[in-house]
Amino acid sequence: MTIQFKDETFHDDYTFRNSPWAIQRFPFPFHEDSYMYSVNLEPHLSLRPGSVFEKTFDVDEHYISEMKDRARVLANDPLRCQSLPHMTLAGWDLVELIMEAKARDYPDLFELHRDGDHWHWINKPLGIEQRFTFLDDSTLPCGPMEYITRQAQGDFALLDQREENLWMDAGMVTTQADWSLDFDIGMNFYEWHAPVPLAHEMGVFQRALKFLLNLQQGAPYRRLNWTMTVNPLLDTSPENYHKWGVQKTELTPENVGQKQYLRVELQSFFRLPRSNALVFPIRCYLIRLEDVVSVPKWGRRLHRVLRDLPVELATYKGFIRNRPMIVDFLSAYDDGAPTSPGIFPD
Amino acid sequence: MSAGTRKIDVTVTDVVEVNELVKRFRFERSDGGEMPTFSGGAHTVVEMRDGDVTRLNPYSLMSDPRDRRAFTISVRRDEAGRGGSLYMHRQVRIGDRMVLSYPVNLFALDLRAKKHLMIAGGIGITPFLAQIKQLSATGGRFELHYSVRTAALGSYAGELAGRFPANVHVYHDDQSQVIDLARLLDGQPLGTHLYVCGPKGMIDWVIRTATDHGWPAEAVHYEEFLAPQSGKPFEVTLASTGRVITVGEHQSMLEALEAAGVDAPYLCRGGACGQCETDVVRHEGHFIHRDHWLTDDQKTCGKKIMPCVSRFEGKSLVIDR
Repeated sequence: MTIQFKDETFHDDYTFRNSPWAIQRFPFPFHEDSYMYSVNLEPHLSLRPGSVFEKTFDVDEHYISEMKDRARVLANDPLRCQSLPHMTLAGWDLVELIMEAKARDYPDLFELHRDGDHWHWINKPLGIEQRFTFLDDSTLPCGPMEYITRQAQGDFALLDQREENLWMDAGMVTTQADWSLDFDIGMNFYEWHAPVPLAHEMGVFQRALKFLLNLQQGAPYRRLNWTMTVNPLLDTSPENYHKWGVQKTELTPENVGQKQYLRVELQSFFRLPRSNALVFPIRCYLIRLEDVVSVPKWGRRLHRVLRDLPVELATYKGFIRNRPMIVDFLSAYDDGAPTSPGIFPD
Repeated sequence: MSAGTRKIDVTVTDVVEVNELVKRFRFERSDGGEMPTFSGGAHTVVEMRDGDVTRLNPYSLMSDPRDRRAFTISVRRDEAGRGGSLYMHRQVRIGDRMVLSYPVNLFALDLRAKKHLMIAGGIGITPFLAQIKQLSATGGRFELHYSVRTAALGSYAGELAGRFPANVHVYHDDQSQVIDLARLLDGQPLGTHLYVCGPKGMIDWVIRTATDHGWPAEAVHYEEFLAPQSGKPFEVTLASTGRVITVGEHQSMLEALEAAGVDAPYLCRGGACGQCETDVVRHEGHFIHRDHWLTDDQKTCGKKIMPCVSRFEGKSLVIDR
């Protein structure tokens, strides 16, 4: 199908909405009626035509509006995009990865023509046409990572690999679940994960790091992560907490279905060939509770998961204050019937 | 997670005798497509169908990482080895179909370095060939010190010295030329990273000298692929099924597991990457640990083994597979 791009906002008047198509393909993150951390990785292979798992980098109806929101956030705070000097080659790796994937997966929207190192890129939805020399920084209007991630939904962290560790040495981060690239830049894997409760004791990070250090070229992986956000805000950054944190107090039993969103991250992991770095795309999908419960299986399951979630996790994910109201709303959609395994609607 | 990496079907398109010990092989995709690009220092695992035996040997990629037409490797003939290099030298011909793994890099450049100081011995030159191509294309600063037995056996020494006369220094053993490492390490600009690839004695010497001169471990990089060594046959029991597998004299434990149809993980097959690390359930006897992966403590406590290069002698060994 041809994607009908929407003109909508993720701030102030919050005109963001999911179409019925977007609701049906939403990446609901719970495969069973309870949740605990796990290294829930699977190969990032094409799965279920039409789903968000079908393409290497999913493009949906929110593409143009999300890219406008990224430009707005960057104009207010340029430090959301940073690249340490040794990460430029990884930035070019990312240019190649994203351009090749988008041109292959969406030939009606994107074109890439290559003649040796002379590349010609056409992005029809954003009206961009660029001729440049691959690996020559002077031929793009900005650095390679910034250039391509202004045209790709989701955040991107570029991780350098050395000393048996990964280092957050570059990134484009404007749609984040309350973490800061400016704070984390230059940190290693254990340092940037330090705030996460329980998982350290469970040994999750040792296993995850070992897996990532061995991630192979041509064999990307993916996982889902989730949290809760009031209003459809892509930019829930620590830098702007004073603006969005207070919105958690605006929930009422009457508006919780419209204002409370389930926020899901489709995280993927790729080994970059020329730099031997990793790229970690973090794509954010938002869905309000009213739309979650329009899928009966999801309504039942989300109620059970949020009701039974350990206090530490509800606190870390930032909705402990509103949990009773959320669970109360969802309980009306849980008739106690069993749910089928897996994340997809019945 | 299944074993190894993605595979590429290739055809041998060139075989060149570099000198009396070394042959160079060029591989192109059999389907005519492009090879993956890679980072300097990466290796590929070459699958060899040698009669009933499947050999999987890692070789450093020496071609230009930006050249998507082909991969090239150089193989030194090892008469005393278990046969992989002899197979490559004697059996492989232009037009042969073979299978390579996707590139894996366990010897990557630290791209933060202000300068890359490279020490190579013999066939250890191969990863540096790709790294130098990468650095010269991107304006990176490097200096190579390359020790060879004789001028005739100095693979690629002439070409390197001709192309980069200011950066490349060649030392001939038969003329008693020795790398003055202490002096070299003393005069490097801040932010220099040191890389060494060559025989075990050379690697140990470079690491020891650098440590003595106060170089931080993070700035010293080395790659030594160990070929599995032959040894007395032994038996290993799989805890999951109770199945007993015999490891032959000229076989590694990993190869014996694979021959028995066990899908065991691996990447480098040379004791360096850690992927094949296996838990020991119980044992009566002693281990011959030969890898670079386990710590000395882990080797002493007898709860882990790297089946790609390490062996066992004794009454019984049960592993968690």
